[in-house]
Amino acid sequence: MQVSKEEILHIANLACLNIKEEEIEEYRKNLQDILNFANIVNSVNTDNISETIGSTSNVNVFREDEINEFKDEALLLENAPDKENNMFKIPKVL
Amino acid sequence: MSKEDYEVVIGLEVHSELSTKTKIFCSCPTEFGGEPNTHCCPVCMAMPGALPVLNKRVVEYAIKAGLATNCSIAHVSKNDRKNYFYPDLPKSYQISQFDMPLCTEGYVEIETKDGPKKIRLVRIHIEEDAGKLNHDEYGRGSLVDLNRAGVPLIEIVSEPDMRSTEEVDSYLKKLKSILEYIEVSDCKMQEGSLRADVNVSVRKKGAKEFGTRTEMKNMNSFRSITRAIEYEAQRQIEVLENGGKIEQETLRWDEVSGKTFSMRDKEDAQDYRYFPEPDLAIINISDEMIDDIRKSLPEMPESRRERYVKELGLPEYDSNILTSSKYLSDLFENATKVCNNPKAVSNWIMTDITRILNEEEKEPNEIPFTAEQLGELVTLIDKGTISSKIAKQVLEELFKNPKSPQDIIKEKGWIQISDESAIKEVVLKILEANPQSIVDYKAGRDRALGYLVGQAMKETKGKANPQMLNKMFLEELNK
Repeated sequence: MQVSKEEILHIANLACLNIKEEEIEEYRKNLQDILNFANIVNSVNTDNISETIGSTSNVNVFREDEINEFKDEALLLENAPDKENNMFKIPKVL
Repeated sequence: MSKEDYEVVIGLEVHSELSTKTKIFCSCPTEFGGEPNTHCCPVCMAMPGALPVLNKRVVEYAIKAGLATNCSIAHVSKNDRKNYFYPDLPKSYQISQFDMPLCTEGYVEIETKDGPKKIRLVRIHIEEDAGKLNHDEYGRGSLVDLNRAGVPLIEIVSEPDMRSTEEVDSYLKKLKSILEYIEVSDCKMQEGSLRADVNVSVRKKGAKEFGTRTEMKNMNSFRSITRAIEYEAQRQIEVLENGGKIEQETLRWDEVSGKTFSMRDKEDAQDYRYFPEPDLAIINISDEMIDDIRKSLPEMPESRRERYVKELGLPEYDSNILTSSKYLSDLFENATKVCNNPKAVSNWIMTDITRILNEEEKEPNEIPFTAEQLGELVTLIDKGTISSKIAKQVLEELFKNPKSPQDIIKEKGWIQISDESAIKEVVLKILEANPQSIVDYKAGRDRALGYLVGQAMKETKGKANPQMLNKMFLEELNK
């Protein structure tokens, strides 16, 4: 499969990235390389091997529904660039 | 062509907050309200390196909802990432479920004017709620509160099976009542714990293909949902009648102007690039687990309704209203246990309690008094301790300042006068003051008796036993 310039622009837009015209070709090549690499995996014979749907072999890793409050509350907003009334302050939305 | 030539087609995606104690992927409390960012931790705030662990009860509750809505339960299920940017979503992806939801292919049966109808469900899946954006006081920026981020939700997706706002209304009411009955969500609309995305399209009656649909997101009251659908269907019909074309788009419903508006900035937003969530394990559900949950399901509204009609002799209509809410139904059953008078309890709920709830714009789950107190109130009437007129005052008092009705009537001095000599005294006094009524009565005007009893009730501030008054007036008049 060939990655097109339009696809790069679409993906960049979805990822909220501003990429310059001269960067498009570089990204296109990089993504193409990654896809080609993934295609090597596709060429492996998987007959008689059951499908996996997760990234690990773990199954049913659950937590009981018991409250455990996080103690270092002050730390949570410590690195916020801006805050007000214990909330993250960000550029105005809508 | 006019509106009557068109059919409206509606499908709903209902989001319901689950009433677990903790969030879906961390141990923070889900409690509504609280100071901003105090129910948070590195996981729900999306700090780098923090890892989610699934709350077992969320899975159980979703399966419970699936079983109560006749769904098939998956034996293998997984979580997926739904990618989009919005400041109330700290990870920039929502952990949801894409192609392997917990529940699929169910239905909810509703009553329509043409009889019962099945609204089919496509799926029920689990996901996390987003945070909340507030505006700062000078309007220069937005403030992010992540207390709600990570609160567990189930999303219940229907087929586009509804054809009118009445059907939408019954579907939502039914769904809400089911979720309340199985106790997986408290469905408090005003706290946003039940919200719906509404898909609307129109087509000419008899047409086989669906029209192009538009979507209105995040509606949180039954009334705005109904209004929005009516407006949007009419708008679409007008566009089509004028030779136009419906664009598939997301609209914003504006409650104040009563109109829908296009949200143009979301053109690319539908491309969510779902992929399997690598931080969470696969979910395997055994038949044994499904059976256990099935056994834990409580008696559902249909069965209660049937019991009320057949065993307690209540009218069908009353039984429907009583069972429409688990709170009302429980109130009815528990109060009946105390006073053993189902018809009286039902009447109180159907008339005065409903009226006060409507006046105060409250939902049944906000009734402040207990079922035992209501039962006691009915007992006091049945024993003749208070008249039903006084009982109404006691009920008002129960809403304001709930405590034992026995104590209320003692404090207020509202105990009914059933003492024969005291009643006789009042009767004689009223007769003396109303000679014309005696003449009228003797002339065959029965209404005069009612008037006299009314005057006696007024004289005693509603405390006289009305049966005794009646009897004694008759005795005196017929002397």
